Amino acid sequence: MLLFYNFGRYLLFLASMFSKPEKIGIYISRTFNEMVSIGINSLPIVAIIALFSGGVSTIQTSYQLIASWISKTIIGSIVSDTVILEFAPTITCLVLAGKVGSSIASEIGTMKVSEQIDALEVMGINSTGYLALPKILAGVIMIPMLIIIAMFLGIWGGMMAGMATGILPAEMFLEGARGTFKTFNVVFALIKATSFGFIITSISSFQGYFTEGGALEVGKSSTNAVVYSSVMILCADYVIAQLFL
Amino acid sequence: MIEIQNLNKSFGDKEVLRNINAKFYPGQVNVVIGASGSGKSVLMKCMVGLVIPDTGKILYNGDDFIAIDYKTKKDIRKQIGMLFQGSALFDSLTVEENVEFPLKMFSDMTKEERLQRVNFCLQRVKLENANKLFPSEISGGMKKRVGIARAIALNPKYLFCDEPNSGLDPVTSRVIDLLIKEITEEYNITTIMNSHDMKTLFDIGDGVTFIYKGDLEFQGTINDFRNNKSPRIEEFLSASYFQR
Repeated sequence: MLLFYNFGRYLLFLASMFSKPEKIGIYISRTFNEMVSIGINSLPIVAIIALFSGGVSTIQTSYQLIASWISKTIIGSIVSDTVILEFAPTITCLVLAGKVGSSIASEIGTMKVSEQIDALEVMGINSTGYLALPKILAGVIMIPMLIIIAMFLGIWGGMMAGMATGILPAEMFLEGARGTFKTFNVVFALIKATSFGFIITSISSFQGYFTEGGALEVGKSSTNAVVYSSVMILCADYVIAQLFL
Repeated sequence: MIEIQNLNKSFGDKEVLRNINAKFYPGQVNVVIGASGSGKSVLMKCMVGLVIPDTGKILYNGDDFIAIDYKTKKDIRKQIGMLFQGSALFDSLTVEENVEFPLKMFSDMTKEERLQRVNFCLQRVKLENANKLFPSEISGGMKKRVGIARAIALNPKYLFCDEPNSGLDPVTSRVIDLLIKEITEEYNITTIMNSHDMKTLFDIGDGVTFIYKGDLEFQGTINDFRNNKSPRIEEFLSASYFQR
């Protein structure tokens, strides 16, 4: 019952964001600021995750392929497809749920408990539209971009690990990667990234917006934002895979 | 003028406000007093639209704030300034940006005009050379003054102050009280101030509304309040410093 109640509240929260903005320029400017906060500021962590996950998957794939009659180019195929289909969108977004999600929930939650949201409402400003909408738009735009970067870095990291450990030369890795490359895989990953971007930013905004109490509750909202976003990312990952593959 | 008619509000089984009828006049500091938990803050939140009452009317110059359409409600809200108990300044904005915020959202002023208005408001609350500081860098009293400057930036018709001097030392508290009084008279604002500080009431109050456990016990002038023989009012007054 509580699940339906919260889901209903979440839908109403999303619906409440869409009213005529007071000044469209301010909303656009806020969206750009959020794009920097969510996108550019997350670049270092995304790069680190992508490089290492690519590198590790090359080494582990090589370890599992012990038969001498299997061409080593298959390592390039497996690593690039795994990075594009799963590692770049899903693993990266799970980490972003922690970084971006907790930041959004604690920012909005603190504003709630310190009456800053009430101040916006009293002024006649639609607080959900002003606070959450720019974050959601920024997430939906920037997270797919981060995922594209993660794909490149993941494959590059895999290739570099292969070269550095002597598992396979770059040419063989790229030959394998090119051999099985499908444009649809990238489109599929971007569909996932867009959905995950929406999930992370909307759930975290929702958790922050309905914070009641003080510092302790802000912490709880932040934790809930990460947990619920992560669980929803995994559920959505399964549903999207079932629908498109 | 703001008029409240037959206002009731409950949270679950708990009745917080019962059949409140009150009037608040322009150019006056209308002080709403009562013990902690008596319903003052809920009444104020109902009046500014942060809490929806169960029944009753809140009339802003005759317009029912609860029943009117979204656009008219928004227009009335632009005429409301509010000073929150914790100041509620936006942490990510400087003092200047906080005061500029409502002007940016609701006026067609140029950047230069906005800055002129911001500086005027900050001077009005006797706060200069703090434009570029963040709320975390200023004292509680300064925060309240920035809150007042932000509240008056759009020349409001109605000013709501929720316990404006809580947590302040007596000197700063008096400065804030006098500032609210001056601004109310200068701009003919309908000011409603929640307080349980009797000193504030007797210093700057024009009208008093006394709420006792969710019921409106008294509304009238300060003198009538002082001379009222209701046991609840006498008990409240006798507990204050001035009556001892």
